[in-house]
Amino acid sequence: MPPTAWIVRNLWLIPALPVLAAGCIALLTQKRRALAAGLAIGSMFVSFLLAICAFSHMMLLRSQGIYHQVFNFHWLQFGHQWLSLGWLLDPITALMLLMVTFVGLLIFIFSVGYMSHDENFTRFFCFLALFAGAMLGVLIANNLLLLFMCWEVVGLTSYLLIGFWFTNPNAAAAAKKAFIVTRIGDLGFLLGMVWLYAQSGTLLFYDGGAGAIEPKAIATLLSHNTIWGLTVASAIALLIFCGAAGKSGQVPLHVWLPDAMEGPTPVSALIHAATMVAAGVFLVARMYPLMSAQISALASTPSVALQVVTWVGAVTALFGALIAVAQFDIKRILAYSTISQLGYMMMGLGAGGVAVGMFHLLTHAFFKALLFLGAGSIIHGCSGEQDIRFMGGLRKRMPITFATYTAGMLALCGFPLLFSGFWSKDEILFSAHSWEISQIPFYMGAFAALLTAFYMTRQMFYVFAGTHRTAPHSHEAHVEDASSPSLHHPPAGPHESPSVMLVPLVLLATFAVFLGFFGTPAWPWLQSFIEGAPVSFSLSGFSTPGLIAVMLSSSAIVLTGLTLGWWVYGRKAISDSSAHDPLAQAQPAIFATLANAFYVDAFYRATFVRAANVLAALSAWFDRWVWNGVVQAVSMLVLGFGHFDSFLDTHLVNTTFDEGCRGVSGSARLLARLQNGRVQLYLRYVAAACILFVVLLLWRATR
Amino acid sequence: MTPLTSYLLLSAFLFSIGLAGALSRRSSIMVLIGIEIMLNAANLNFIAFWRFGPAPTALTGVMFTIFSIAVAAAEAAVGLSIILAVYRRTRSTDLEPTEAPHR
Amino acid sequence: MTLVFLILAAITILGLGAAMSLRNPVHCVVGLTIGFLGLAALYLQLGAQFVGLTQVLVYVGAVAILIIFAIMMMRSSESPEQQPYSRSWRVGVAIAFAVYCVLGWAVHFGAHTLPTQAATPELSVQQIGDALLHRFVLPLEIIAVLLTAALIGAGVLALQDPAGEVRGPR
Repeated sequence: MPPTAWIVRNLWLIPALPVLAAGCIALLTQKRRALAAGLAIGSMFVSFLLAICAFSHMMLLRSQGIYHQVFNFHWLQFGHQWLSLGWLLDPITALMLLMVTFVGLLIFIFSVGYMSHDENFTRFFCFLALFAGAMLGVLIANNLLLLFMCWEVVGLTSYLLIGFWFTNPNAAAAAKKAFIVTRIGDLGFLLGMVWLYAQSGTLLFYDGGAGAIEPKAIATLLSHNTIWGLTVASAIALLIFCGAAGKSGQVPLHVWLPDAMEGPTPVSALIHAATMVAAGVFLVARMYPLMSAQISALASTPSVALQVVTWVGAVTALFGALIAVAQFDIKRILAYSTISQLGYMMMGLGAGGVAVGMFHLLTHAFFKALLFLGAGSIIHGCSGEQDIRFMGGLRKRMPITFATYTAGMLALCGFPLLFSGFWSKDEILFSAHSWEISQIPFYMGAFAALLTAFYMTRQMFYVFAGTHRTAPHSHEAHVEDASSPSLHHPPAGPHESPSVMLVPLVLLATFAVFLGFFGTPAWPWLQSFIEGAPVSFSLSGFSTPGLIAVMLSSSAIVLTGLTLGWWVYGRKAISDSSAHDPLAQAQPAIFATLANAFYVDAFYRATFVRAANVLAALSAWFDRWVWNGVVQAVSMLVLGFGHFDSFLDTHLVNTTFDEGCRGVSGSARLLARLQNGRVQLYLRYVAAACILFVVLLLWRATR
Repeated sequence: MTPLTSYLLLSAFLFSIGLAGALSRRSSIMVLIGIEIMLNAANLNFIAFWRFGPAPTALTGVMFTIFSIAVAAAEAAVGLSIILAVYRRTRSTDLEPTEAPHR
Repeated sequence: MTLVFLILAAITILGLGAAMSLRNPVHCVVGLTIGFLGLAALYLQLGAQFVGLTQVLVYVGAVAILIIFAIMMMRSSESPEQQPYSRSWRVGVAIAFAVYCVLGWAVHFGAHTLPTQAATPELSVQQIGDALLHRFVLPLEIIAVLLTAALIGAGVLALQDPAGEVRGPR
């Protein structure tokens, strides 16, 4: 084992630099825009360079046959136990570091142009940098607790950025929703983490054989059973998957993602397309040894956890694609598309393994970021308009945006051979096809692919084809969004964006095309990098049984979808904005259901939200009347005691004393009357006393 | 009722008359008169017991009465001169205070 | 309880009762005198002639006159008493009545033990004189001293100047 390299020991620099930049930016005034942007971009650039360093070191280690290198250190002491933290350099870590820093860098540069008219420019970059730091922290953590902490910071920054224009009530509500829904998933994550710690005694991933996901710990976890006949390993894996499901927008915790589009477009691009939502997928990939742990008796069947992951992924893929068909907001279409693609990633992880899922994650990051930035460019060019019914004819007005957007769209659809999405999606479909448990996920994925092609084509025709349709109230519709960046633009019709926004688009488009070639079956460099098999360029990779069939069928599906889209939306130009969607006219009920996202939000509102409100009202009532009542009663009691004491003191003690004194003085006065110098009175007393004595004597005598 | 008893009751009655006057009259002279009456009643008592008593020849009752008369006379003289002296000072023989006694 | 006794008792009681209840002090003294006379008669009836006559001589002749003199001396600036009785005379009368009751009860209670002597004892003045100088010579002398002291004292007290100056040692 070679000594730990400098880069591994100092992996912490990669997240620390953006966080430091965020801290510095937080101290700046809003006027120092250039400095803020410079700090953020500069720190991200240095992190990118360090990520390249880490990647090359990983390549070196791989050539030596080592799969990971860790640097652990003691952090807190509980009695005799130490809680250790550590950094981990892994193939997936290295790839993700590169992707996050590079895409992040491009989006930072894009934001300089996009947010240039916003008055909260500096705050934006502070939050962006903080997010980048936290995300990178998730990637390098060797300890589940450290990962969780950075995970939570990622959630926090997501909240801050979605609600960036917090004066808009929709944005504030969306931020709250995002935070709360992901929190629900994080509850499962926390439970799983605690359980894992209880069972295995450590939270480090790799610790020279003693880590929580290393074979010895896994064997311990597999040996115990819990409810429903699950092994402890499966149960913990499922709980941790809850957290991943929340962050990655799997059904049923997907509801926050579409609403999160209230945030600025660079945020949507970075967080809700490329990186944060991928954190869930990354978590599953990181915990893959635990996820895939299976008792030796059932070694050939996938573990319960992976089965659940596959099914959830498949359902999510289909679900997202269906809803995207009926949306009219350009960012919402992309958001549901993201949900769908995340489902694909989970399906890939479940059915095919880490490499399959990670490949799609990487390609998706690039083309989805590209699509979102393109959407941002479109929105910027259309002065804030986001409804696709009020766009059109932008092909001629915004050619570069159009070109790059097309590249992204084709990558997303998985256009055969030329675009990266094809290779990665095909891997997933192939794994699903080869899944022993069931073919249903495959069919769901295939249908979702058809729908993907269909709705993207629909979007393309609405946005770019025909002539520009302006809504009569287009400025009022989005001018209420007072901090929209286009507020200061004169309404001169759609125009191309400045080059500070276009250059990232072009770069991303390049990657969207070429990244796929790193993972083709002919040269599965990515897969081998992650999984460890030796790699060489050979066309024999295509001869895996069933692969060609899957490739051909997926190509056919894509082309069918594109044709269908052209058939419905492309033959006749969409003339004016008030025209009904042809699909809506054909099947109004289905369209309405899809447009309302299967009424999931309404369902949640009617059940959970209402229950929570009832509970809150009940608690408030309880607090006011019962606990408060108890407190009041106690205080009343004390007060009553006080009054009673005072009463006693005044009327009993004081009075007794006063009466006593008065009695004494009264009796003294009475007695003083006896000696008044009146002789006759004395005589009377004497006579009376004599009578008394005589009577007494005689009485005695008579007895 | 034996003769003795009747004399005794009479004597007691006269004594209480004298006492009533001594306790109730305002003037000091009247109090003196009352005292005289009381003394006389006691004298009657003595004589009665001498007459009906066991040893009349011892003359005890009679002697006592004689001495009592003598003393009463002396005492009346002295008492009246005291009253006179007080009267010369205060111009009044009233025993009752005119105002409430001081507290 | 012979008739004579009753009459004499009635006279005495009336006289002395009047002495104690009349408003005018001179009238009281008159009543007193009547009472004294009544008592003297009672003594005579009881057979103590000497005592009875002594009673008349001393009480009626000296004491009553003395009292009258005293009353007259104090009459000059004294208006007839507005109120003869004190404010709480009822209490006094009540106490006296209680005393009478007690004495009456004592008499009644011990009535059976009292002796009774039927015959009147013979008593002559010579016997009294004899007893005075033999058996009762000490009381006689003491009485003499007492009378002397009373004489002197009364004289001293009465010799005070009306202006307030006192003659003699203070």
